[in-house]
Amino acid sequence: MAEYISINHGSGGKLTHALINRVFVDSFGLKLPLTDSAILDCKGSSLAYTTDAYVVDPIFFPGGNIGNLAVCGTINDLSVSGAVPAFIAASFIIEEGFPLKDLTLVSESMAREALDAGVKIVTGDTKVVEKGKCDKLFITTSGIGFLRSGLEYLSEARLVKPSDKLIINGPLGNHSIAVLGARNNLSFTTPVTSDCASLNELIRTVMDSCPSVHFMRDLTRGGLAAVLNELTAMTGLGIVISESSVPVDDPVRGLCEMLGFDPLYLANEGKVLMVVGDDDSEKVLEILRAHHLGKQSAIIGEIAPEKNKTVIIQTSVGGKRILDMPSGQQLPRIC
Amino acid sequence: MCLSIPVRIVSIEGKMAEVSAGGTLFKAGLHMLDGIEEGDYVLLHAGFAIQKISKSDAEETIRLLEEMENSRLNDLP
Amino acid sequence: MKYIDEFRNKDLIARLAVLIRMSATRPYSFMEVCGGHTAAIHRFGIPSLLPENIKLISGPGCPVCVTGTDFIDKAISYSRMDNIIIATFGDLMRVPGTSSSLEKEKATGADIRIVFSGLESLEIAKSNPLKKVIFLGIGFETTAPGTAVTMMQAKELDVRNLLLLCAHKVMPPAIETIMREGTDIDGFICPGHVATITGSSIFDFIPDNYNIACVITGFEPADILMSILMLIRQVNSKISKVEIQYSRAVKPDGNILARKHMDCVFEKCSASWRGFGPIPESGLALNKEFEEFDAEKKIPVTVTPLQENELCICGKILRGLYSPADCTLFANICNPNNPLGACMVSAEGTCNSWYRFRL
Repeated sequence: MAEYISINHGSGGKLTHALINRVFVDSFGLKLPLTDSAILDCKGSSLAYTTDAYVVDPIFFPGGNIGNLAVCGTINDLSVSGAVPAFIAASFIIEEGFPLKDLTLVSESMAREALDAGVKIVTGDTKVVEKGKCDKLFITTSGIGFLRSGLEYLSEARLVKPSDKLIINGPLGNHSIAVLGARNNLSFTTPVTSDCASLNELIRTVMDSCPSVHFMRDLTRGGLAAVLNELTAMTGLGIVISESSVPVDDPVRGLCEMLGFDPLYLANEGKVLMVVGDDDSEKVLEILRAHHLGKQSAIIGEIAPEKNKTVIIQTSVGGKRILDMPSGQQLPRIC
Repeated sequence: MCLSIPVRIVSIEGKMAEVSAGGTLFKAGLHMLDGIEEGDYVLLHAGFAIQKISKSDAEETIRLLEEMENSRLNDLP
Repeated sequence: MKYIDEFRNKDLIARLAVLIRMSATRPYSFMEVCGGHTAAIHRFGIPSLLPENIKLISGPGCPVCVTGTDFIDKAISYSRMDNIIIATFGDLMRVPGTSSSLEKEKATGADIRIVFSGLESLEIAKSNPLKKVIFLGIGFETTAPGTAVTMMQAKELDVRNLLLLCAHKVMPPAIETIMREGTDIDGFICPGHVATITGSSIFDFIPDNYNIACVITGFEPADILMSILMLIRQVNSKISKVEIQYSRAVKPDGNILARKHMDCVFEKCSASWRGFGPIPESGLALNKEFEEFDAEKKIPVTVTPLQENELCICGKILRGLYSPADCTLFANICNPNNPLGACMVSAEGTCNSWYRFRL
């Protein structure tokens, strides 16, 4: 392993996993597999506990800002674990000279996001550092949720089995492209807006009606490709997906074609992967499509019977190839 | 590195054009092409339009593909 | 998207695959010499659509892969100097030099900026008049005209702080080197975007002198499969020629205006190709009219590049003699996170594509 941290260690792919395994897992006595939220037994009840740091550049982008992004991200990490999000703590590292007006806008959008999602921001911290010691504003949020009893299997994918269907709730890549487009970029402009959204209500609607959701994860850094490869590692099974089933908006597609990006590797902030028992997949699809955050939901593939821990993609023209774990980063500081 | 895709000319100002790839807009230098108009399709590579896409040749290619199929199928016993 | 979707039609591709299967009456070996083709072939899973008796080989068509370590070392030396900004295509960031890379240098504070066009480096130079901006010019005949236009603009607008470190190369001498050293290739999938600039005649020497089939090919799956079919037909009929499959973008004369710009700015020179060594008349350098923009003439640097790893067989892979699977380093020490040789470095490199896509 390299002697210094490189920007690729933050990509959410192979290098990030290697770093976490090398530096943090043993030190902290963490239990594998690592999941979006830690599930803690608290005097007979289960709590989900999660934390995330947000360093997105720029602070404001079409469809959101670093503040509501932070709140959505934490709510989503709790929700995909099967928990009902309840409380958030938020700490701020602010660069000297950052405009108060902007900080207020960020804070107000966090409050609105939390209120709409039925979640309380209950505590926090503020630090100011000298100019040049952090880039404008960094936010770390931690969240607690209450796990409905019996749902502990969700995070660890224990019930995932061959022929389970893979469902996502809409087009991929919008957040990454919106953020990239918002940088003071000489080469292109795009109408794409971030998909940043709290998914707790969408997920609750599905969980209330359908007992055979076997796994969920939100599709942030590393995109769909990272999550699918993590899932094969957790289950030991293979996955087959169909490229033509994955929704991608035209302007995202155009930019990806031009710059050589693959939308399956791009970060999203309002997208979830659900792995659902075959018999219930159409029902889940219908429920998702009836919700405003799931109108373009699609079944994109299934769990394969082979124990080969490989993600195979059937290309849009009928060919077959591997969809590997992302190795470096396609785009820096998207989340 | 040879990455180059067909894009549509949206507007032209002097030697620079705004082009669209599925709705995302890029800047393209027109220094290598004459007679380009709005609505034309060009190949965009590394910030420059390197050739105009010929609509008739594109249609001809599709037609040739279909002809290839038919001629081969006719060879079958 | 227009002119893309029609050539990705799944039914059309399926029917072409059937036609290929029916026409392929013996073993065939076809080489593509363009990184864009390597990437497209693997991205769409084309090997999985072809019968076993058709072998696709990747040749020296990735300009990043064939750029020598000395070029990266020079760029790194410049990046370590005061008041220098490096402007580069993203592809070069991870290419390993002797002891570092542009990405690593950026991590330790060097001002290295990714640009999508030479014109962006011109803008950076205009906005930073007290610094020198060095644009790293790599690519084949597809990209060189854009660099030429950039330098012409710099001259016209009197932007004297834009300099060029040039590693542009031209394709035919490398293909000729492969041919002269002997090969089992039955046909070439010729680079379509190079040909939009050069026209088709630069490939005439291949059928004329070596009796090998050539088809100038587009980059969509239907283009590639159609070309494979055309190559099979040439081989079956024992007639070799240069055909243009990519007629919607390639004219027999190419882009005369683009070549005029290149002639205005560049002259041919000897260039060193990773895996091949020096090949005469295969590189482009700024001519006398533009030498004031030549980074190496304005700011001389000396570098001593290390030899490549002994076990690295990239040179043989670039010539189509071996595949990545034949390399002992492939997929263990040498991988996309730790590329040792040219072929693993770029997203379009043979080994990189194999690693990421191959079943």
